[in-house]
Amino acid sequence: MLEVSPEIEKKINDILNKYIEGEGNVISLLQDAQETFGYIPENVVDWFSKKLDIPESRFFGIATFYAQFHLKPRGKNIITACCGTACHVKGSEKLISTASRELNLKGDEDTTEDGEITFEKVACLGTCSMAPVVIINKKMHGKMTTEKLAREIKSITKAKK
Amino acid sequence: MGPGGIASSGADVISTFESELKKVKVDALIEEGCSLHKVGCFGLCSKDVLVDLEINGNKTTYQYVKPNMVQRIVQEHIINNKPILEWTTDEDYQNFYKKQVKVVLSDCGKVDYDSIDSYISISGYRATEKVLKTMSPEEVIEDIKKSGLRGRGGAGFPTGIKWEACRKVESQQKYIICNADEGDPGAFMDRAVIEGNPHAVIEGMIIGAYAIGADKGYVYIRAEYPLAVERLTLAINQARKKGFLGKNISDTGFSFDIKIKLGAGAFVCGEETALIVSIEGQRGMPRAKPPFPVYKGLWGKPTIINNVETLANIPYIIRNGAQWYSSYGTEKSKGTKVFALTGKIKNTGLIEVPMGITLREIIYDIGGGIEGGKAFKAVQTGGPSGGCIPVDMLDLNVDYESLAKAGSIVGSGGMIVLDEDDCMVNVAKYFLQFTQSESCGKCVPCRIGTKRLLEILDRITKGLGKVDDIEILEKLSSDVKATSLCGLGQTAPNPVISTLKYFRDEYETHIKDKKCPAKVCKDLLTYFIMEATCTGCVACMRACPAGAITGEKKKPHVINQEICIKCGACFDVCKFKAVEKE
Repeated sequence: MLEVSPEIEKKINDILNKYIEGEGNVISLLQDAQETFGYIPENVVDWFSKKLDIPESRFFGIATFYAQFHLKPRGKNIITACCGTACHVKGSEKLISTASRELNLKGDEDTTEDGEITFEKVACLGTCSMAPVVIINKKMHGKMTTEKLAREIKSITKAKK
Repeated sequence: MGPGGIASSGADVISTFESELKKVKVDALIEEGCSLHKVGCFGLCSKDVLVDLEINGNKTTYQYVKPNMVQRIVQEHIINNKPILEWTTDEDYQNFYKKQVKVVLSDCGKVDYDSIDSYISISGYRATEKVLKTMSPEEVIEDIKKSGLRGRGGAGFPTGIKWEACRKVESQQKYIICNADEGDPGAFMDRAVIEGNPHAVIEGMIIGAYAIGADKGYVYIRAEYPLAVERLTLAINQARKKGFLGKNISDTGFSFDIKIKLGAGAFVCGEETALIVSIEGQRGMPRAKPPFPVYKGLWGKPTIINNVETLANIPYIIRNGAQWYSSYGTEKSKGTKVFALTGKIKNTGLIEVPMGITLREIIYDIGGGIEGGKAFKAVQTGGPSGGCIPVDMLDLNVDYESLAKAGSIVGSGGMIVLDEDDCMVNVAKYFLQFTQSESCGKCVPCRIGTKRLLEILDRITKGLGKVDDIEILEKLSSDVKATSLCGLGQTAPNPVISTLKYFRDEYETHIKDKKCPAKVCKDLLTYFIMEATCTGCVACMRACPAGAITGEKKKPHVINQEICIKCGACFDVCKFKAVEKE
C-alpha cells in the first residue's frame, strides 16, 4: 500500500464518510478528492481501493474516461480556451497555438515545467456570443485576441518573477 | 445576468446601481415600487450588459451598460425622468425581438432567478397545484400529448407518448431524470433556462413525476456550468422549504424530491443509456436499446429522461392549455424552439421562435445579417450531429422534418452562421475531431470509423488528399452511420455528409489544386508582404514569433518562407493590409 500522511488520511476519511452516509459512488468520490487535492493522487486512490474493496482499475477507468479528472498536479494558474464551434470559427485555433508557443508547451503537455501555468481546452463554455472565449484564473474573457492573450500570459509569468 | 452579462461586468453594474440609488436615497421609495432586480439572460448577449428601467409602466432598455454609466442613468433618468436616448437600445434590438415568440424564455429576464416568491408572483407553481389537485396522471399525459410537444434535446420524440409508455409499466419504483448535460458545442439554451428560470424546470419535473408515478428525480448537469448548478441548488432548496418538493406535496399525498448529479465531462453522457450508468457511478458508455429506459432505466427501474427545455415547457402548457401551445408551429412540429444563434452574425444570443419559421427570417430579420458585410456561406445546425445548410436553402422551414430532409437536424438548437471566410472542409474536420475524441470506444464503427474519417479530412486540409478520398469519405460515413451503437456514432458523419453534398467543390479544390478557397487551412497558405503597400512600420516583424520577417525601418519587409510557421500574426497586426495570404 502506498504511503498516506496522517493529514491527508483525515481529509480522505471525511470524503469516505460522506460517501457512506449519502448516496455516493466512485464518480462523486473522485470529484470530492479532486476538489480537495486539485487532482487525483495515486496514493489516495490506493487508500480508497483498499478501504472499499473496489479495484483500483475501476477508479482509474473512470478517472481517465471523464475529462474532468486530472491524474497529475495542475498549475497554480489555469488558462482554459474554449473550443466550441462559435469560438472555432472566430479563431480559437490561433489562440491555442499562441498559448502553447508562449508557454513553451510541447506535444500533449498542458502544464509549464515550473508548474506555474496549466493551459487546457474545453469543448464549449456556452458563452458563444462572446466568442472566442478564454478563461484565465476563473475570469472569463470574451472576444479574445492573440495579442491580448500573449499579454495576459506575460503578466502572469512576470508576476511570478 | 447570464454569463455574457457577468463577463461583461454585470455584477459591477448592479453594485454601482445599488450604491448610486442609495446615494440619492431612492431606497426610501422602495415601498412605492422602486426596486432593483437581477434577472437571467435577456437573450441578446452581444449587447451585454442590458438594463431594463421601468418607471410607472414605461420601460426603457439600455445597452452596453458599464459601471461608469450608471451615475448618469440614475441622475438623469430616475431622478429627472429624462431617458438618455443615445444609450438606449436601437433598431437592432427591436428587430431582434419582433419575430420571436417566447414560451420557455418568456420569464427568463423577468423573474429574479434566486427568489421563489418572484416566480410565484408570475403564476409560478400554479401548474403544479392544478395538476396535483385537479388532474389525474392520465389527464396530464393527454394534455401533453395534445400539445404536440416533442423532445427538445435533439431526437424530437413526442413527450406525451414517452410519458404514457412509462405510466403503463408496473413498478414500485420509477425515476424521472432531467438531462442538463448540454454538450453540443454552440448550444447554451439549457444553461440559460436553468440560470434564468430554474423553478420552471423543477415544476416540469414535478408534473412529469406525477404523470408517470415517480417519487425520485435527478438532474444530471455539466460541471462546466457552475453558475447553473448554484442557482438550481438554491431553487431546489427553496421549493423544498415551500413544500413543493418533499413528502405529501401541498397535502395531496404525492411525494417527490430531486437530487443533483454533476456530470464529469463526457459528451456521450447526453445519450440516455450512458447518462444512466454515469449517474450509477460508472464509465458513461451507452448500451444497446431495447430495452428502452422507460422499461429498464436507472438501477433497472422504469425511467423517463427529458431535456431541460422540454421540461421547462410543461408548466406553460398546463397553465395555458394544450391548444394554445399547438397553435404555434407546423403540423408535425408544434410550439416554439429555442436556438442559440452565434457565429458570424450581427446579433448573437438566444432566440425563441415558432417552429416552421424560415432560416432567412432567423438570420436576416432576427440576427440582423452577417457581420462586417461579408457574404453568407452556410448555417450549421444541430452541433456535431447536424449538418451545414447552404445559401440557396435559406427559405427552408425550421422544423424537425424539413431540417432532416436537408441532411441536418434541429438537435439541441445550436445555429452557427458561417461566412465566406469559413472553410467547409475545416468545419467538417472540426466536428470530427470533437466526435472522435468523445467517442466512448465501446463499438468498433464509431471508435475506428470516426478516427479514419478524421485522418482523411486531416490529410485533405494539409494538401495531401488523394483523388478517391471523397468516395471513401462517402462510403465510410454511411457505414459508420448505419452500424454504430448509439446516437453519437450514428450522427457523427453528418457534418461530413452534408458538406460533401453542398460544398463538394471545396473538397475538390483542396485535393486537386492543393488550395483552400476560404484561406483557412494553414498548410495550404503562403503569407507574403506586398512591397508597394508595406510602409516598413516593423509591426509585423515584432509580432512574428518565428523571427521570419526581416527588413529595415521604413522599407518593405520580407517573409522568409522557410522559417514562416503560418500563424497569421503578421496578417492580423498589419494596419496597411500589406500582408496577404494565398
